[in-house]
Amino acid sequence: MSDTHSNTVSYVRDSMLPQQEPPLKDRGAVKWLRENLFSGWLNTVLTLLSILTVWFIIIEIGPWLMNTVWNAGSLRECREILDGTSGACFAVIKDRWHQLMFGFYPPEYYWRPVLAFVLMLVAVAPILFAELPRKMLYFSALFPFVGYHLLWGGSIWLPVAVLLGFVAGYIAFRLLDRMSSLISTLGAVAATLAWWFLLAGPFNAAMTSVLPIGLEFVRSDAFGGFLVSVVIGVSGIALSLPLGILLALGRRSEMIFVKSVCVVFIEFIRGVPLITLLFTASLLLNYFLPPGTSFDLILRVIIMVTLFATAYMAEVIRGGLAALPKGQYEAADALGLDYWKAQRLIIMPQALKISIPGIVNTFIGLFKDTTLVVFIGLLDPIGLSNAIRADTNWNGIYWELFIFIGALFFIFCFSMSRYSQYLERKLKTDHR
Amino acid sequence: MSSTSDARTPTAAPKAAFRLSMLLYDQRYRSITIQIIFLFALMLGIAWLVDNTINNLRALGKDFSFSFLTAPAGYDINQRPIEYDSQMTHGRAALVGLLNTAILAVMACALATILGVIAGVLRLSNNWIVARLMTVYVELFRNIPTLVWIIIFGAIMTESMPAPSAFRGDDPSASMFLNESVAVTNRGVYIPSIQFANSLGTVNLGVVSPSINWLLVFAVLIAGIYANKAILKNATAVQNATGIRPKTWWKSLAVLLGPVLVLFIVFGAFLEYPELRGFNFADGTHLRNSLIAMWLGLGIYTGAFVAEIVRSGILAISRGQSEAAFALGMQPGKTMRLVILPQALRVIVPPLISQYLNITKNTSLGLAVGYMDLRSTLGGITINQTGRELEGMLLMMLIYLAVSLSISGAMNIYNNRIMLKER
Repeated sequence: MSDTHSNTVSYVRDSMLPQQEPPLKDRGAVKWLRENLFSGWLNTVLTLLSILTVWFIIIEIGPWLMNTVWNAGSLRECREILDGTSGACFAVIKDRWHQLMFGFYPPEYYWRPVLAFVLMLVAVAPILFAELPRKMLYFSALFPFVGYHLLWGGSIWLPVAVLLGFVAGYIAFRLLDRMSSLISTLGAVAATLAWWFLLAGPFNAAMTSVLPIGLEFVRSDAFGGFLVSVVIGVSGIALSLPLGILLALGRRSEMIFVKSVCVVFIEFIRGVPLITLLFTASLLLNYFLPPGTSFDLILRVIIMVTLFATAYMAEVIRGGLAALPKGQYEAADALGLDYWKAQRLIIMPQALKISIPGIVNTFIGLFKDTTLVVFIGLLDPIGLSNAIRADTNWNGIYWELFIFIGALFFIFCFSMSRYSQYLERKLKTDHR
Repeated sequence: MSSTSDARTPTAAPKAAFRLSMLLYDQRYRSITIQIIFLFALMLGIAWLVDNTINNLRALGKDFSFSFLTAPAGYDINQRPIEYDSQMTHGRAALVGLLNTAILAVMACALATILGVIAGVLRLSNNWIVARLMTVYVELFRNIPTLVWIIIFGAIMTESMPAPSAFRGDDPSASMFLNESVAVTNRGVYIPSIQFANSLGTVNLGVVSPSINWLLVFAVLIAGIYANKAILKNATAVQNATGIRPKTWWKSLAVLLGPVLVLFIVFGAFLEYPELRGFNFADGTHLRNSLIAMWLGLGIYTGAFVAEIVRSGILAISRGQSEAAFALGMQPGKTMRLVILPQALRVIVPPLISQYLNITKNTSLGLAVGYMDLRSTLGGITINQTGRELEGMLLMMLIYLAVSLSISGAMNIYNNRIMLKER
C-alpha cells in the first residue's frame, strides 16, 4: 500500500499552508446578515416586513416630528408658521408647561413642589442604593412630613403633631418592651391613637397660636398635572409595600379569623376595578363617615389607590413566601427566633428578594393607574390635556399632548423596571 | 424515689393550672388573645361604618332599596346587543351594559392572546430586527398607561379617519377595504353582516330573544366540536394500536364546517354589505368608535403583557427538553407543538388568567371614550338619575366581583387539568 503511494505521489507537502480566510458568505457583515436576518425564507419574509414597517413609520412620522414648531401661542399661529406643511406643534407643551407640571398650583410657590421633588429623590436614594451612608435613612423617615408641609403648607405644627404621635408610640413600645411583645405592640398603637385623637388637636392649636410659623396653605384642588400623579403614585408606593407585607403575613397566618379577613379583603379588592373604588372614594365616603366630616379628595384617592395596590402586593409577596423552602422557617424556629424576628431576619429578606419583579410590576401598575383619577375630576395630565383642548387657542391638538404625557410616563415606568433588573442582578446569590 | 423519677419522664406533662397571664405569655393562648382583640376591633370598625351610613341615609331622607331597578331608565344606549329602548327599566339598562362589557372583554382577550403569543415567540426569534421590533412594542405599551392608549386610539378613530362623505363621488378621497366590504370612517367601522333569507323568527326566553337560526348554527357548531373530539380520540387509539396515525384533517374539517355550511345554505345566508346612503353608511354591522378604541387599546396594551408571559413561559422550559426532542429526530415545528408548548403552557396559564381578569376590569375605563359598559350604565347614568349611589355602586361591585371570581374559577379548573401530573 505504502509502496504504491510513494510511487504515485511525486510530491509531498512538508509545511502547513497559511490559514485562509473563510469564504465571503461566512464572515463579517455578510455572515451576520445571513445568520440573523436571512437564515430561511420565513426569516427573510419577517425581516422584509419589519424593514417595511420601520420604513413606513419613519416616512409617516419622521417629517412631522422634524418639522416641529416650538414657539407659538395657539394652534392657529402654529399652523401659520407651518404654512401648510405637515409638522408637529410642540409649542403647546412650552405654552402650557407649568400647567402640565403643576396644574393650578400658585405660580409664586412653584419652588415648593420642585423642592419637594428634589428632596424626595434624596430621601429615596439611600433606600435604592445601599452604597450611600445609612444615616440618610433618618431623612427618608422624616421626608413624608417635610414633603407634606412643602406641598400643602399650612401650619407647620400639624405634621409635627402627627410625627409626635409616632414618637409617642415608639416610647410606649420601648417602655413596655420587657413585658410582652403583644402588650408593647398594643401599647404603642394605643399611645399613637391616643395622641392623635386626644392631644394632637389641642397641641396643634396651642402651638399655632403661640408660634404661627409655616408655609402658605395650598388647597388640594389647586394640584394638577404630573404633580398629582407623582404625589398619589409615590404615596401609594411608599404605603402599599409595608401594608402588603402585613396583609400577606395575615393571609398565611394560622389564626383563622385574621386569615379569613385578609382573604376576603384581598379577593374583594382584586375582584373589582380600581375605578369603582375611586368612585366609592368620591361618592360614597360621605355615607360611611360621621355626618359633617369631609376630607381632602387627594387624600381619599391616596387611601383607595393604596388599598388597591396593597391587595396586589400581598399576593405578590405571598408568592415569594410560598417559594421559600420550608427548611428556612424551621431553621428560624430552631434558632429560637420569635415570629417577628424570624420574619425580619430570615424570611422577609429572602421572600422579598424573590418577589422583586412582582413588587416593581405592582409599583409600575400603581403609577400608571394614577391616570384613572381623571374620572373623579382630579386634573391629572390626561384631565389637563382635555382642559387644554377645551381652550380655543389649542382646540384640536391631540398627538403632541399624548406624546408628551406618554413619554413622561414611559420615563418613570421604564426606569423603575430597569432599577428592578439592576436590583435583581445585585442580589443574585446563586452563581448560575 | 421511684415516684420522682416517674414524674421526670418527658411523657408526663406538667399539670399547671391555667393562669390569666398565659393569655399573654403562652404561645398556645396568645393567638386566641390576638384574634379576640382583632375581631373586637374589626366589629367595632364595621359597626361604626354601618351606624354612620344609617345616620347619613336618615339625614338625607333616603332609604336602602333596589326598587329603582324596575323603574323606567329614560336614557338611550348606543350599542345594544339585546332589545332596549329608553322606556325599559334600569335593570334592563344594566344588563345591556353588562353584555357590552362582556363583548368588549372577549374581543380584547382574543386580540391580546393572539398578539401576545406572536410577539412573545418573535421576541425570542434569532432574527435580529424582528426581536428588536417586538421589544420596542412590549416596552412601549407596557410602560404607558392603558388609559392613554385608549384615548390615543379613540383620537385616531375620530380624528384621522375619513368622514363618510369622503367615500362619495366619482373620485372619492377614501375607499373601502377588502373588495368594497369594510368601511373605516370617523363614525366607526362598518363590516358586512350575515343575514338569513329564510328566517325562523326569534325565541322568547324572557330576558333575551335570540334568533332561532343563530341558535341552531351554534348548536350544530358545538355538536361538531364534540364529534371532532371523538374523531381525534379515535385517531389516537389507532395510533396507539398500530403506530400509524390516520389522517384526520379532512374529517375534522368536514365535521366542523360541513353542517354549518349546510345550515347556512338551507337558511339562505348572505352577506349584507355596508352601503353609503345619505350622510352615513347603512346596513352591515356598525362597530362604534368607542368599541374599536377600547378593543385596540385594551387588546394591544395587554398583548404586551401576554408577550412577556409567553416569553418567560418558553424560557422556563430547560434547553435539555428541546435538545432531547431534536435528538429523537423531531423537527422544530413538532418540537414546539409536542414538547415545548405543553410544558410552557403550565407556566403561562396562571398569569394569563390574571391578564384576562385585568382586561375584564379595565373595560370599566370605557367612560373615557363613551363606551356604554356596565360602569357607564348602572354605575354612571342610572346612579346620576336616581341618586342611588350606595345601592348602585354596591350592585356594580358585586357584579364585577362575581364576574372576576367566576373567570378565575373557570380558569383554575382548566389550570388543574393541564397541571403537571406528578407521581
